[in-house]
Amino acid sequence: MPTYSTNQFKNGLKILIGGDPCSIVETEFVKPGKGQAFTRIKYKNMKSGRVVERTFKSAETIEGADVVETDMQFLYRDGEGWNFMDPESYEQVSASETAVGETANWIKEEDVCTVTLWNGAPMIVAAPNFVSLEITETDPGLKGDTSSGGQKPATMETGAVVRVPLFLQIGDLIKIDTRTGDYVSRAKE
Amino acid sequence: MTTSHGPKSDWRPLADTQTLRARAELLRELRAFFSARGVLEVETPQLVSHATTDTHLASFATRFSGPGAHDGQELYLSTSPELAMKRLLAAGSGPIFQICRAFRNGEKGRRHNPEFTILEWYRPGLDHIALMAEIEELLAVALGVDRCDRITYQAVFEEELGVSPHQTSVALLEEVAADRDLSLSSFADVDEGLQFLLAEVIEPSLGIDRPIFVYDYPVSQAALARIRSDTPPVAERFEVYFKGVELANGFHELADAEEQRRRFEDDRASRERRGLPIPQLDEAFLDALDFGLPQCAGVALGLDRLLMLQIGADTIEEVLAFPLCRA
Repeated sequence: MPTYSTNQFKNGLKILIGGDPCSIVETEFVKPGKGQAFTRIKYKNMKSGRVVERTFKSAETIEGADVVETDMQFLYRDGEGWNFMDPESYEQVSASETAVGETANWIKEEDVCTVTLWNGAPMIVAAPNFVSLEITETDPGLKGDTSSGGQKPATMETGAVVRVPLFLQIGDLIKIDTRTGDYVSRAKE
Repeated sequence: MTTSHGPKSDWRPLADTQTLRARAELLRELRAFFSARGVLEVETPQLVSHATTDTHLASFATRFSGPGAHDGQELYLSTSPELAMKRLLAAGSGPIFQICRAFRNGEKGRRHNPEFTILEWYRPGLDHIALMAEIEELLAVALGVDRCDRITYQAVFEEELGVSPHQTSVALLEEVAADRDLSLSSFADVDEGLQFLLAEVIEPSLGIDRPIFVYDYPVSQAALARIRSDTPPVAERFEVYFKGVELANGFHELADAEEQRRRFEDDRASRERRGLPIPQLDEAFLDALDFGLPQCAGVALGLDRLLMLQIGADTIEEVLAFPLCRA
């Protein structure tokens, strides 16, 4: 990987700090009028999600982190992990439970996810912002009641539980915002 | 008639009209302040024949081609009007001030634009302590503050970090940084350690309620200030901070040509160690000192930062019509 000087620091740059891949979220040039320049950055440790501050001398360099984000299709889950395929190269990778995390609630086979690869291995798997899932379990609804505003829990085909309007039934397809876990609307096939 | 259809440029100024008016008003107030005190406004070149020797500053280089310079003459954009203004003082100008642009390569950030405005003035007969009193009056006019605080460099380091800055070591400063869990805790020399700790720990809380003068610096950071042979000796230098912003730097000015030459040579040696360009010495300035610089104090104040503090701006870009990104 290339090394970067402080003059190359910018938001989004992926660097290696303490062996972990990190993404710069803020940079500040600090310099006394009669003295040495420093560069203060805030960075997010991409493994832990923690945001930390660090100051560099202006002449320092830091190693880049081989981090790429790419769209990959979810194929299947097996004892090893979650298997994804690059739709262009057909190359397959296996993502750990940790990498998939909460995304497990929302994805089903053939869905296209954003996979963040570190040194070629999946580090973070992000679900599409909106997914359509089928309701597999919920209390019988009140047919035609589209106005009362009441909600009930419903279990999706992936196992996730989402609060949905009362009129929805088992077998209905709904659109969900994966960033909040909220029901958005009914979905067409 | 057709027009070009390229992407729309960011042609508008970043500073709003109200800020431009505040800048014009500030310039009027400053000129009135100095006029009332009999301080003469002067202008010195921004295109100069010598690059700065200051280890931590970088000059922009350019070339003059024309009569007398068939092969071109290397010139630099001035990083500070200090040397030229001291030549005026040596020639007998009396008290002088200047409001000018200064250019510093490599400096861009929340409080830095590579081209910025300096207010610089010199007071023959005053030392740095007496000049601080005049700056206090100027800040009263420009910022409406009723008074300023004062603390020595030694006291601020002792209070904030328990370190005596005039008698410390790299190892001790590294220990202080490590104890405080700071992200940088290895320093090339004492000054780097002191400057880092000042910037990282002390500066953000300096002058929160009112401007503060930090004065009497370590001799290793004397720059162009006189050294007073106390125990330990200190450089008669000060800086002004307000709301964590470094606003001005001043000296009881060094007038000894030989001592000045030694400091320039030290700068050149320091540049050589760092692999930086090594500029020729400005002999005209050294000759002026040799002829005789009156005993005086001088200060350079960042006018853009003064305006930032006056109107409560967070970034220097907000007070510039066309900062670097729109220059």
